[in-house]
Amino acid sequence: MNRLNIELPGLSMKNPVMPASGCFGFGQEYAKLYDLSRLGAIAIKATTVETRFGNPTPRVAETSSGMLNAIGLQNPGLEKVIANELVWLEKYDVPIIANVAGSKVEDYILVAEQISKAKNVHALELNISCPNVKEGGMAFGTNPEVASELTKLVKQVSDVPVYVKLSPNVTDIVEMAIACEEAGADGLSMINTLLGMRIDIKKRQPILANGFGGLSGPAVKPVAIRMIHQVSQAVSIPIIGMGGISTAEDVIEFFLAGASAVAVGTANFVDPFVCPNIIDDLPRVLDELKVDHISELIGGSWK
Amino acid sequence: MIVENMEIISQRNIASKVYELVLKGPELVHLASQGQFLHLKVSEGTDPLLRRPISIAQINQEKDELTVIYRAEGKGTSMLALKQAGEEVSVLGPLGNGFSIKETKPGNVAILVGGGIGVPPLYELSLQLVKVGVKVVHVLGFAGNDDVFYEEKFTELGETYVATMDGTYGDKGTVIDVIEEKGLTFDTIYACGPTPMLKAIENSFPEKKGFLSLEERMGCGIGACFACVCNVKNDPTKTAYKKICTDGPVFAIGEVEL
Ligand SMILES: Cc1cc2nc3c(=O)[nH]c(=O)nc-3n(C[C@H](O)[C@H](O)[C@H](O)COP(=O)(O)OP(=O)(O)OC[C@H]3O[C@@H](n4cnc5c(N)ncnc54)[C@H](O)[C@@H]3O)c2cc1C
Ligand SMILES: Cc1cc2nc3c(=O)[nH]c(=O)nc-3n(C[C@H](O)[C@H](O)[C@H](O)COP(=O)(O)O)c2cc1C
Ligand code: FES
Repeated sequence: MNRLNIELPGLSMKNPVMPASGCFGFGQEYAKLYDLSRLGAIAIKATTVETRFGNPTPRVAETSSGMLNAIGLQNPGLEKVIANELVWLEKYDVPIIANVAGSKVEDYILVAEQISKAKNVHALELNISCPNVKEGGMAFGTNPEVASELTKLVKQVSDVPVYVKLSPNVTDIVEMAIACEEAGADGLSMINTLLGMRIDIKKRQPILANGFGGLSGPAVKPVAIRMIHQVSQAVSIPIIGMGGISTAEDVIEFFLAGASAVAVGTANFVDPFVCPNIIDDLPRVLDELKVDHISELIGGSWK
Repeated sequence: MIVENMEIISQRNIASKVYELVLKGPELVHLASQGQFLHLKVSEGTDPLLRRPISIAQINQEKDELTVIYRAEGKGTSMLALKQAGEEVSVLGPLGNGFSIKETKPGNVAILVGGGIGVPPLYELSLQLVKVGVKVVHVLGFAGNDDVFYEEKFTELGETYVATMDGTYGDKGTVIDVIEEKGLTFDTIYACGPTPMLKAIENSFPEKKGFLSLEERMGCGIGACFACVCNVKNDPTKTAYKKICTDGPVFAIGEVEL
């Protein structure tokens, strides 16, 4: 019996574990280490209409049990992602979630429309939460009306279900989540990174060339758990949970908070085998908790 | 590229805050070549979280051993310096494209220029160049007398000049000063060190065939996170890029923006 399979809109997953967008490129690097078909799904790096170089370096800075990044959505652009990266990924038996980003509404619509037609793209993740771009990104994800409007427009053009990726940099995450659900989102993914900064005490200036960046890793896990716990009780669409996951126990905690699947980001940098290791370890934890199927745990902390 | 738990064979303090660490493991060593680097996990827990990129200084295939040399500067490297023989370190590697020795013909002269903690990867490079009959000259720059390391080891392989910025050891000045004052001539230049030093080399010897090893803050170390990119020279669109972790860390002079 498969104790880990999960069915979500557009996504028929062998297990609930996927690498998080931006922490796995388009899979090529990790494919040198293990078979990508073992993953529940793959969330690929954000795709924008044009090729983007991103921000100046340094783009990452370590923090206590976490890291800041200000990559700035570097990617090869829509055309190349469809022609090269997605075609390359076709050899794996794994659903792809395409992370869609832009600086204008039209950009999001163009990327969503075209990338959702790719054979192996089973869902979109609408990135309205990137803190690292001057225009767009998080600006779409901090105002419920703007997020709602964008979600509606993207839903109209997408051939596959749309998950909206929420920013934690808001006062009322529940309000944002409800706005997206009402606008027709098929699911939510949360959380993106938390805005943060570090200063080099010798140089007396920020470590990141961009000034601030997005905080991720174990340090943000309690914030993610709290937000998922709140949001999952307020909406009826499923949540892909993320933020600091690095062990099978962390996955269980996210399920209990209310997530129906999880994404692992920063932990891939620490241990490139973290996703398959977590997948292999989950049955042990289910045994310990005397649970037959992982789906029984969804929302278990409040149900 | 693999992940291996390597055993610490020895750890020695060889200069001010500088440590020589010898690691043993059956697999990774046999994949490694000069100029590549390792991504080391310095602690079990989540703080410090990220791995630390450190160059391979010596490869000993017979003994399954790798040597790295690093400066205990910040949190992670200071923790690494506390580790003792017998303990294990998780190593991801070997990573990146190192120095190509084929770029210098046997009998030709290669000059190896290192600045501070950029010196270590030149040692394995020098061993390999000498093996194929290239004549090596080393110019090693350090801040001061207390920072100098591996002078004798380089001297065993070829002519070696040491310069310190404060003049407390060797010649006073930069590595470029030494090359110019001694009138050193060469066919190929290989260099690793701080970016200003690499820029000075690029400006001083634009017509020479040369290879520079670059540094940048890294996330994954394997090409997936786009933390470590640099611009490509002569690209008006400014969208072309190279990843230091996988396309580098070694680049030909003139290939990328320093
Ligand atoms: C390809 C490559 C090869 C290297 N080889 C060597 C070597 O052989 N010997 C050596 O002593 N050092 C080497 N370095 C530099 C070394 O990686 C840093 O000194 C080290 O990561 C600093 O960690 P820390 O714990 O001392 O500092 P912290 O301040 O605790 O580091 C915080 C974060 O910043 C990063 N960081 C800080 N300084 C640097 C830097 N100069 N370069 C890259 N990342 C940095 C760390 O990796 C970490 O993620 C190399 C760097 C690169 C990119
Ligand atoms: C280097 C880096 C790049 C990221 N790039 C993206 C991105 O392109 N799109 C996106 O939606 N999220 C991106 N994220 C956010 C992650 O997908 C994830 O939401 C966040 O890091 C929290 O998970 P973690 O703590 O497991 O990393 C990025 C995170 C990191 C660390
Ligand atoms: S460190 Fe991640 S791409 Fe180079």
